[in-house]
Amino acid sequence: MTTVDPEFNADAAREERRARLFTRINAADKWFQVLGLSWATPVLKAAAGDNPRAQMTEIWRLLIVPLLSICAFLLLWGTLAPKVQTSLGAVPGPAQVWEEMVSLNQDAKAKAAKRAKFEAMVEKRNQKFIDAGQPEKVKEVAFTGAPTYYQQIWTSIKTVFFGFLIATVIAVPLGIAAGLSPTANAALNPLIQIFKPVSPLAWLPIVTMIVSAVYVTNDGWFAKSFLISAITVTLCSLWPTLINTSLGVASIDKDLVNVSKVLKMNTYTKITKLVLPSALPLIFTGLRLSLGVGWMVLIAAEMLAQNPGLGKFVWDEFQNGSSSSLAKIMVAVFTIGIIGFLLDRVMYALQSLFTFTNNR
Amino acid sequence: MKKLLLGLAATTALVSPALAELELEKDELTFGFIKLTDMAPLAVAYENGYFLDEGLFVTLEAQANWKVLLDGVIDGQLDGAHMLAGQPLAATIGYGTEAHIITPFSMDLNGNGITVSNEIWEEMKPNIPVMDDGRPQHPISAEALAPVVEKYKSEGKPFNMGMVFPVSTHNYELRYWLAAGGLHPGYYSPENVTGQIGADVFLSVTPPPQMPATLEAGTIYGYCVGEPWNQQAVFKGIGVPVITDYELWKNNPEKVFGLNAEFAEQYPNTTLAVTKALIRAAMWLDENENANRPEAVEILSRAEYVGADYEVIANSMTGTFEYEKGDKREVPDFNVFFRYNATYPFYSDAVWYLTQMRRWGQIAESKPDSWYDEVAKSVYKPEIYLEAARLLVDEGLANEADFPWDSDGYKAPTPAEDIIDGVAYDGRTPNAYLESLSIGLKGEQKIIGSDVQG
Repeated sequence: MTTVDPEFNADAAREERRARLFTRINAADKWFQVLGLSWATPVLKAAAGDNPRAQMTEIWRLLIVPLLSICAFLLLWGTLAPKVQTSLGAVPGPAQVWEEMVSLNQDAKAKAAKRAKFEAMVEKRNQKFIDAGQPEKVKEVAFTGAPTYYQQIWTSIKTVFFGFLIATVIAVPLGIAAGLSPTANAALNPLIQIFKPVSPLAWLPIVTMIVSAVYVTNDGWFAKSFLISAITVTLCSLWPTLINTSLGVASIDKDLVNVSKVLKMNTYTKITKLVLPSALPLIFTGLRLSLGVGWMVLIAAEMLAQNPGLGKFVWDEFQNGSSSSLAKIMVAVFTIGIIGFLLDRVMYALQSLFTFTNNR
Repeated sequence: MKKLLLGLAATTALVSPALAELELEKDELTFGFIKLTDMAPLAVAYENGYFLDEGLFVTLEAQANWKVLLDGVIDGQLDGAHMLAGQPLAATIGYGTEAHIITPFSMDLNGNGITVSNEIWEEMKPNIPVMDDGRPQHPISAEALAPVVEKYKSEGKPFNMGMVFPVSTHNYELRYWLAAGGLHPGYYSPENVTGQIGADVFLSVTPPPQMPATLEAGTIYGYCVGEPWNQQAVFKGIGVPVITDYELWKNNPEKVFGLNAEFAEQYPNTTLAVTKALIRAAMWLDENENANRPEAVEILSRAEYVGADYEVIANSMTGTFEYEKGDKREVPDFNVFFRYNATYPFYSDAVWYLTQMRRWGQIAESKPDSWYDEVAKSVYKPEIYLEAARLLVDEGLANEADFPWDSDGYKAPTPAEDIIDGVAYDGRTPNAYLESLSIGLKGEQKIIGSDVQG
């Protein structure tokens, strides 16, 4: 038997390849969405040869409209900002803010050079002691200069995660307890109602006093300022997780609960095998909210207490009142916004990981 | 003290001159400061490597306000700080937060100014005599402000002004200026710590860097603050400095370097090393008639220190002061860091602060002269200062002639012509001095409710 068309097989293979390609793109789409890149799907599809018109409307909606809105914002900002005269000069437009971003980067480089010089000096000093036969005096000293902008960012991120972690450790078990037992819920509810709306600025003095009184060691694991910021974050960010967890646990399918009764599960197995998996989507929603709240709170706390981080950077610049201060503060505002967005994406990605497989 | 001397003898004997470093008990330190040009000795000691020369690894941290800074020193987050001279004294006598804080080093003389908003300046101007060239004649007395305050009072509007902290030099200087011009700045009492009892002018607290913003917002009509925040008002075009503290009281004491007494006791050599580095920085700042000042201004204008624009800081730091835009005058001693024994912690300086606390009721009851002397001696530590100076002289880093080795800690009395109201000041007789001031508590007087009694 001979084939009439030698191209027949090739066509089929191409069709098959295309189908595979599309399945892959569709699979990747979930991840694009998680990363906030959902516009990449229609672009790839169009590139792979899908109906261009259908893809174009998607691309328009997902890529071009957001880009246009950003451009419109920049345009509006650029034209309106110079019209507002403050005592420090006109409000900076996008160009000045970009310039300050560049200058902050250069400043970071200059500080890195300074750091290297400092380390060389410490090295030399240590060598001197070794030569003088006093090796016990040799010491590694951390750089004591002002932190760079990037270091401030990193400090803030570390602090928010630490505070958030403590909040999670406290809120999830309490939430489970409140969800499982109406008595526990009745006990916790008034406290939640009262403490949830308290501003970080009110917590801060209390936390500062208590940490100073309790954490007296000077060479412990953490700096006091770090603990103070982190605990303030904890106190403010614990509520969304707590409320969502208890809600998630309370609304487990009654059938599942009955099954657990039939199987005579003990409490531990019941929580790990049944309660946690079914409450997970809501717990994650709570965690996402908590991290968002924590990030906002942290900046305020750092500003007020002058604890290291982005908040201190903003406050310092406000106090400096130099001609570049306003633009630098705006750089910080964008940094804070973008990092907040990224943190949310990270939590969303985690949530998707845990809840892809089931849609409970 | 004995321990300190012993430690000293041991170290100088053991260590070779090439490593003439003290045996430091603690070498990683964090110091706090407020964004003001008179923190310069700290920045210079860091940037010029004087701390490192002593084997000290110092981190400098800007603080949000004077209260945060004081708490930092008390709870040990900060090992030391650039402080208002009144802070160690008030903390030690238990006014406000109680803690024993000492100072081995006085940071500078002068450096403050009193600024009023543009509108107030316009209203004051007709009351101020002018010079031949038409510019207002300085120093300007608060008498020129009195009719303005009177007008506000008759309209039922409170006349608000700002200072930086209840026990700050600025509070006392503003009060001094107002009282010298016949305006009452109000008393403190143990029950009422607002300091506005019986006041013509209401003073409230605003942290230094926020002064211009608060003035601009119209919350206050004027303020007393350190540099660069008076010159900032001129640059921003929102206010006019009417008088500098140099004109108020020639070469008056300003900030001090404050340490927890416990710290100084536990780490005597570290304290000594810090003092050495600071003395060197102060010498550098005044060397060759302020030749290094432009470089110092560049350091201060960095974002991590004061951070204001170079021109604003240079205006006062390089021996000039701009009153109104364009009216720039020579004030070579506007900021003194070393000349005239500026860094020596004189007991008489401490006593002046204490007399002002008594004058305005922060010290509620009368105290004998001996009490003033005792408190001054428990806070100001010239003995540590002289130890440090001696070491510097021995190392060839300082001149023997620059230090008052034989002083008993009391400056010669300030003559009447050096002070705006013509009242001489002698730190040895605080009660007699209080008697000679027209407005303020004296003798056995007390504030009961809102009345002066006794």
